[in-house]
Amino acid sequence: MSSPETSRVARRRAAAPHTSMFLRMLWRAAVLRRGRAASALLAMVVAAAVATAMLNLYVDVQAKLRREFRKYGANVVVVARDGQSLPDDTLTTVRSALGSGGIAVPFAYAVARTPDGRSVVVAGTDFQQAQKLNGSWWSVTAWPKASHDALVGAHAAVVLGAAGKPFDLSFQGRSIRLNPVGTLQTGAAEDSRVYVSLAEFVEWTHVPYSTVEISASGSADDVSTVIQRLGQSLPGADVHPVRQVTEGEANVLGKMRSTLLVASILIILTAAVCVLSTLTGWVSDRRRDFALMKALGASGRLLQGFFAAEAAALGAIGAILGFSIGVGVAIWIGQANFHAPVTPRLSVLPLVLAGGIVIALIAAILPISLLRRVQPATILRGE
Amino acid sequence: MFLRLLYESFRRQKRRKLLAGIAIMLGVGVATAMIAVATDIGDKISRELRTYGANLIVTPQEDTLDVEIGGVNLKPPSDGAYLNEADLPKIKGMFWRNNIVGFAPMLPASITLGGARNVTLLGTYFARSVVFGKQDFVTGVRTTHPWWKVQGAWPEDNSEDILLGDHLAAKLNRTPGQDIELAGRPHRIAGILSTGGPEDYEIVAPLALAQEILGKPGAVRRIYVSAVTKPEDAFARRDPKSMSPEMYDRWYCSPYAQSIAFQLQEAIPHSHAEQIRQVAQNEGTVLSRIQGLMLLITLAALLASALAVSASMATAVVERRGEVGLMKALGAGNLAVAVLFFAEATLLALLAGAAGFAGGALLARQIGHSIFASQITIQPVLLPIILAIAVLVTFAGSAVAIRRAVKFDPVYALRGDA
Repeated sequence: MSSPETSRVARRRAAAPHTSMFLRMLWRAAVLRRGRAASALLAMVVAAAVATAMLNLYVDVQAKLRREFRKYGANVVVVARDGQSLPDDTLTTVRSALGSGGIAVPFAYAVARTPDGRSVVVAGTDFQQAQKLNGSWWSVTAWPKASHDALVGAHAAVVLGAAGKPFDLSFQGRSIRLNPVGTLQTGAAEDSRVYVSLAEFVEWTHVPYSTVEISASGSADDVSTVIQRLGQSLPGADVHPVRQVTEGEANVLGKMRSTLLVASILIILTAAVCVLSTLTGWVSDRRRDFALMKALGASGRLLQGFFAAEAAALGAIGAILGFSIGVGVAIWIGQANFHAPVTPRLSVLPLVLAGGIVIALIAAILPISLLRRVQPATILRGE
Repeated sequence: MFLRLLYESFRRQKRRKLLAGIAIMLGVGVATAMIAVATDIGDKISRELRTYGANLIVTPQEDTLDVEIGGVNLKPPSDGAYLNEADLPKIKGMFWRNNIVGFAPMLPASITLGGARNVTLLGTYFARSVVFGKQDFVTGVRTTHPWWKVQGAWPEDNSEDILLGDHLAAKLNRTPGQDIELAGRPHRIAGILSTGGPEDYEIVAPLALAQEILGKPGAVRRIYVSAVTKPEDAFARRDPKSMSPEMYDRWYCSPYAQSIAFQLQEAIPHSHAEQIRQVAQNEGTVLSRIQGLMLLITLAALLASALAVSASMATAVVERRGEVGLMKALGAGNLAVAVLFFAEATLLALLAGAAGFAGGALLARQIGHSIFASQITIQPVLLPIILAIAVLVTFAGSAVAIRRAVKFDPVYALRGDA
């Protein structure tokens, strides 16, 4: 160091207020031992990132899996009571009770006859909504678009011999010619039916829709609220959950939640151990600084404060950096596995931040309380 | 001399070695538990998804159309073909018999209750024991339709008691224990059945009773089969007829819904087996999502474990710079020092890794018990893999620190200048 610079430094030091010494020591400690500080910071960042990603996933995975479960189709069904029909405005009532998240599909049924006298069930529905509700498990070759297009169940297609040719059906003397554009395969009752659009169905048979299949989104509680609301606004109808669907969903979701919770705890614990061991090494590596400061007259409390502040700063910086990386990872996992982004939860940040600082503090205090018992002279002598 | 150095290092630095060992143990334990859970979760969730009920249905090959609206079948009972009840046990003789969780035959019959009301009477197994060869197997709707709830008691399969659907019971104003007259004979109502499906409007009876009322002994209209399957992929959807013999064997021996359906068709004469797409297809999607998620979580666990292990190793090596300086001052070469450290790391990784594996296996068992209420099996193959990973990670973790320690000038190291 040249002398003019030394004097400049001396002047600056003299002019600076006393507290700046504390900050200076914090800053210089980080800069001068870049390697060790960086590795401690890295450990902190990675741990915070993993913790953030896990917490984000834990919160979001329920919603994501629930979305997958909604592909099972309707979880609530509204049917007309015996001998009654549903009021004309049922569908509007249902849709307004559901809000934007749900799907409601009307179905009307009648037994029609083929020209050779065989019975077949014809169903009228809203194809667009039906595709939204059941599209993932109805195996359909082509959805009807034009008028008089029909979707024919796989079994019905064989029995009717309706392979691409238009066929006639009659109901109470009125007959209709349908054009089979696609076949439907489900492995259940749908296979034996012929589906036409609801408007054409009503025009032909004069039978109104008798069933509304509903896919209500949200948790089990949300679904039962919807059922209650519908039951109140539709006194003439029978509203019930499709237990097959709702119970299976609750079962699997519960198990996944617990598995994920255990996994998150284990992973966060491991990450915490990683941070703890790196930081402990970092602090005990600096026992000579500690001894020197003590020898120069620093009190035990000041020293503890110094190391604690250093650790807390490291923990906070690491946690914030790790949080942003972790959110990125969570978003990526959402895209890669569920094909939908995981919404970053800012509520996780205080948790990660507090956790990071606490772990850093524990890691700093532990070696210092060990060192406090040792005479500075012993350390400075290098033993 | 080398062995003595190694031995003394472990003997004299018990505390430090223990700390590093604990970190390795924890890391390996978490990794083992997560790998074990992730490899087994497909099977576990698949069994949980069986709550959705049967995923396969077997019907007669030449059947007329079902004329069914809202659970009321308008098809004349004389119409259509039947399967033979005597063929049912053969399902347990199939290649994938262990994947069959249960099956339930169904025979609907139309009867008139007092007041000329037409009601469907559904004959089925509740929990009947079926014998195939030396195997004894209990099956029926209680396994295939787990969401069916009974208020009262389930009827015995060999009794003439029945279950009344809850809507029907409310309409007829009957409670469990009362009698109801069916086809000219009184039958005891064992319980009230609630399913949230068409059965709420029906009477469910033991299969033999339905056969008697229908006058068709041994007849079954359809069989619901609940099987643990593998998510469908492009290979599963291929037509078995167009496959080469090897591919056919591979397809036949994979538990796809398609191949199990194919085998059901082989086992039961004149039948047509098909997957119930609502259950089977969605099960596949849910399963593959969960498996993907667990894979990612396992990777995260491995990453965290690797970091924990390497961090503690690095700390342990840096603390021993003085020792390195002394060894070098006494004439040890860089290689000798590095070999000693790596040997120590290997020994530590193997010991702690084995302990961690045991701990992880216990943890996985605990997870299996408390979450899935069943065993999670740990493949023995996992042990060498986990140990190899532990050694590798320990090496990688200590490599940087060892290099720095070796490069250090012994003079500075001994003086204690870092």
